[in-house]
Amino acid sequence: MGRTNSAETEMLKGTLDMMILRTLISGAAHGHTIAKIIERSSEDVLEVEQGSLYPALHRLEDRRWVSSYWGASENNRKAKFYRLTAEGRKQLVRETSRWRQMTRAISLVMGEEGGAQ
Amino acid sequence: MSWLRFLHRKRSDAELKDEIAAFLAEETADNEARGMSPDEAGRQARLKFGNAQKVRESLWAQNSPQPLTRIAHDAKYAFRTLSRTPGFSIIAILIMVLCIGAATSLFTVVRSVVLRPLPFRDPQQLVMLYEFHRGAEAGTQDSQYRPVAPGDFYDWREKTSGFEDMAIMRYAGYNLTSERGELPESVRSAAGSWNLFQLLGVQPAFGRAFTESEDQPGNTVVMLTWSVFERRFAGDARIVGRQIHLDGKPYTVVGVLPSWFTYPDAGIRLWVPYRADVSPEFLRAHDHHQSKVVARLRPDVSLASALAQVGAVQYQLHLQYPHDPVYEDVAPRALNEDLARNVKKPLILMLWAVCCMLLIGCLNVANLLVARGAARQKEVAIRSALGAQRAILIREQLMESMLICGAGGLGGILLSVTAPQFLARAWKDLPSAQGIHLDGAVIAFACVLMFAAALVAGLLPAFSTTGKKMMSALQTSARTGASSVSRTALRKSLLTGEIGITVVLLVSAGLLLKSFLRLRSSDLGCIAQNVLTLQYDLPDKKYDTPAKVNAFNEALLQRTRAIPGVHGAALGNVVPGAGYWGDFVFTVKEHPPLKPGEELPSALARWADPGYFAALGIPLVSGRFFNTDERGSRSYKVIVSRQLVQQYFAGDDVIGKHLRVPAHPHPQAPDEADYEIVGVVGDTSYQAGQEPKPAMYFPVFEGDQNGLMLALRTDSDPLQFSVLVQKQIASLDPELPVSDVLTMDQIIGESLVNASLSATLVLAFAILSLILASVGLYGVLSYLATQRTAELGIRMALGAERRQLLQLMLFDGMRPALFGLALGLIGSVATTRILQSMLFGTKPLDPVVLTSVVGTLLGVAILACLAPAWRASRLDPMKALRTE
Repeated sequence: MGRTNSAETEMLKGTLDMMILRTLISGAAHGHTIAKIIERSSEDVLEVEQGSLYPALHRLEDRRWVSSYWGASENNRKAKFYRLTAEGRKQLVRETSRWRQMTRAISLVMGEEGGAQ
Repeated sequence: MSWLRFLHRKRSDAELKDEIAAFLAEETADNEARGMSPDEAGRQARLKFGNAQKVRESLWAQNSPQPLTRIAHDAKYAFRTLSRTPGFSIIAILIMVLCIGAATSLFTVVRSVVLRPLPFRDPQQLVMLYEFHRGAEAGTQDSQYRPVAPGDFYDWREKTSGFEDMAIMRYAGYNLTSERGELPESVRSAAGSWNLFQLLGVQPAFGRAFTESEDQPGNTVVMLTWSVFERRFAGDARIVGRQIHLDGKPYTVVGVLPSWFTYPDAGIRLWVPYRADVSPEFLRAHDHHQSKVVARLRPDVSLASALAQVGAVQYQLHLQYPHDPVYEDVAPRALNEDLARNVKKPLILMLWAVCCMLLIGCLNVANLLVARGAARQKEVAIRSALGAQRAILIREQLMESMLICGAGGLGGILLSVTAPQFLARAWKDLPSAQGIHLDGAVIAFACVLMFAAALVAGLLPAFSTTGKKMMSALQTSARTGASSVSRTALRKSLLTGEIGITVVLLVSAGLLLKSFLRLRSSDLGCIAQNVLTLQYDLPDKKYDTPAKVNAFNEALLQRTRAIPGVHGAALGNVVPGAGYWGDFVFTVKEHPPLKPGEELPSALARWADPGYFAALGIPLVSGRFFNTDERGSRSYKVIVSRQLVQQYFAGDDVIGKHLRVPAHPHPQAPDEADYEIVGVVGDTSYQAGQEPKPAMYFPVFEGDQNGLMLALRTDSDPLQFSVLVQKQIASLDPELPVSDVLTMDQIIGESLVNASLSATLVLAFAILSLILASVGLYGVLSYLATQRTAELGIRMALGAERRQLLQLMLFDGMRPALFGLALGLIGSVATTRILQSMLFGTKPLDPVVLTSVVGTLLGVAILACLAPAWRASRLDPMKALRTE
């Protein structure tokens, strides 16, 4: 049980990191906004688990891909904002190209349309 | 990175808490905007977020590096296990504190004295230079290294360029008198060439060092060392530029040396320029071997090529003076090695002894842990049945020994803050120039010891308890006995090892002790009981003629001989047993001249008054003693020792023959140096335990010896007379300081303090090891007895007698002891060979030592076995059968 669970989060971790970085490309945002953006732009298919969002944010900060500061949210509440760093931007490019390769490969295997692009 | 995260995890958690609060607030606001009631909005927000605690925990775990958490966990677990049996833990920790502390303390001394360079500028560029006598008896390296003559030194310095600079120094002594009425004091001093302090890189604390122009005959400048500056001059820096009185002459203080400067030893109180107080003849002499030379290498010149240059100059000098003791080569020696020469060997020996003790301590702790492992066998078996990996179980058990040794190591480091100071005080020969203290290397050493000890003490028991036989462990738990065979065997072999090492230590200690006792009671060749000695040094200025010197000496002799209870008084420059002091080379006038390259005869130089030999009980072999009128120009007489006659005259009749001693010319006729032999006396040793050397005695009434030693033979405790004698001296000259008021026994004791200390310390280590080993033996046997309770009960029920049971248990316990003894004796044969060179009058396989060691060990082993065996034999069979 525990094992499969951890494998799933393991897989999610990589994509979640990438999605967080992607979200931050349009500017700094705090945790709540990030979750909301991901959910909205996935047409509510992906529901961000808060249990992994915050450790992921801290991890990204630890790797210097995002930086953080405390500021006021749009509703004028104190919130911790995350901002993409130059290093994070590079990482996003790398991750994105890897992701493209991966999805293309999977599409090819699955014999789906667009795989031949 | 991860370490940083680990350190910041508290802050990171606090931030997360704020973030969560912010998220909930945002979400609640959103929900409210969607039209929910405030309560419902908050509830929905919390529902959406999920378990906040879990989020915090996962971040906390993400911030804690895995291995560290595991170690912390193991340590906590081990700490709890250990604190459940405080008695065991305290004993084990104490053993480790003692063993690691002793090893670290000794290492501190070794590091400070042998390994750490002296605290000078670029110390690796400094070397001592000695004249090297290839022809000296091989084997004894010390006799090949000769102190340097000033004439040789000045030639080296002038004619070679391989060294950046060279400086020369020698010991001296002064009477420090004062104008303000302080007591006169005789102070040990040193004379150094002007460039010495600059060469060593030493800056005076106050004032300045000597200048080149001050390093000339007749100059009266002086530098103080910190000890005398603080004690006698109250640490007042205004002393610089003022005058002090040495031997009655005013000297100007130019500087004060810093407090850390105790080179070449801490006993030096003053420094004067090398050339200041000597005659120009002395400075030109190539045969006055008294001085030490320090040289600083040029950075671009290798030691070998610099030495080759100096060696070439020296060889030229050797050829130039074929009939003087001018040696043919030079040899270098490292500065700290030069100081630590006498203590290196005993130090290394003690380090070995203490390492043996440490090993025994580790084995003992291992033994104790094996016993504990037995008690936890079922727990371990159940855990491994439930899937615990062996590696994890071993790691856990290792953690216990790690904690024990860690605590032991910590205590040991604390111990070695103080213990080396004590050792340094007790051990007079220990060079003090480096300062003995803890440093990083010592702490690193202690840590390495700690880990090594933890591994040795922990791995064996850990492997033995976590073996694969978990099923058998589970099965046999009901009936004790069978399961523990292999573990008992392990404990017994550990014990055998312990006892073996203890035997080696005991034998070494016994040999050293016996050798020391031999030394202590060795015959000096003269009377040593009830003899009081004291030294005084008549200042040149006041006693400027032989007549004045003689007048004082004769008056003193007369007065002291008149003291009731004094049997005799001897006046000379030194008494037997008080050290080497000095020798002269000589030729025999009546013999054909020596062939070139032939070794010059040499003999110890001594001065004696007519009553000297009778007072000290040195027998007259032939001829006569000195007469009281052999003084001044009529004093060209000499008395030689029997060994000199045998060695250089092949036992011929020597009375009336002449010795020519160029280093000691007649006072009134510097070109004449012939001395007529008037008597032959018995041999004496210059130091206890040293073979007597040829000696020649000159009349003390020549009147040119200022530093003198008076010896009184008394009929009871000689120290009672010391005040009386000093009063007599004060009544003759109130300004004259007296020094080193000692009995002959004390002099001998002092010269043997090295031997006594190493014997005592090694004995102490050996006895501690013996205690540890017997505790181990006792522990194993008690354990064995409880293990076999049921078995013994059955035996008793079947009719075994108590005596038989006692025998059974005793034999069982004695077997490892006997094996260990045999092993240890074999080991001793090997190790005592190394000891041989340190022994005096004792063979490495001394039967007395060996039998007493065997006896002691057997006795202790029987005692340790007896208690558990006795208890086992007193068992109530019914109770024994009912256990379990």
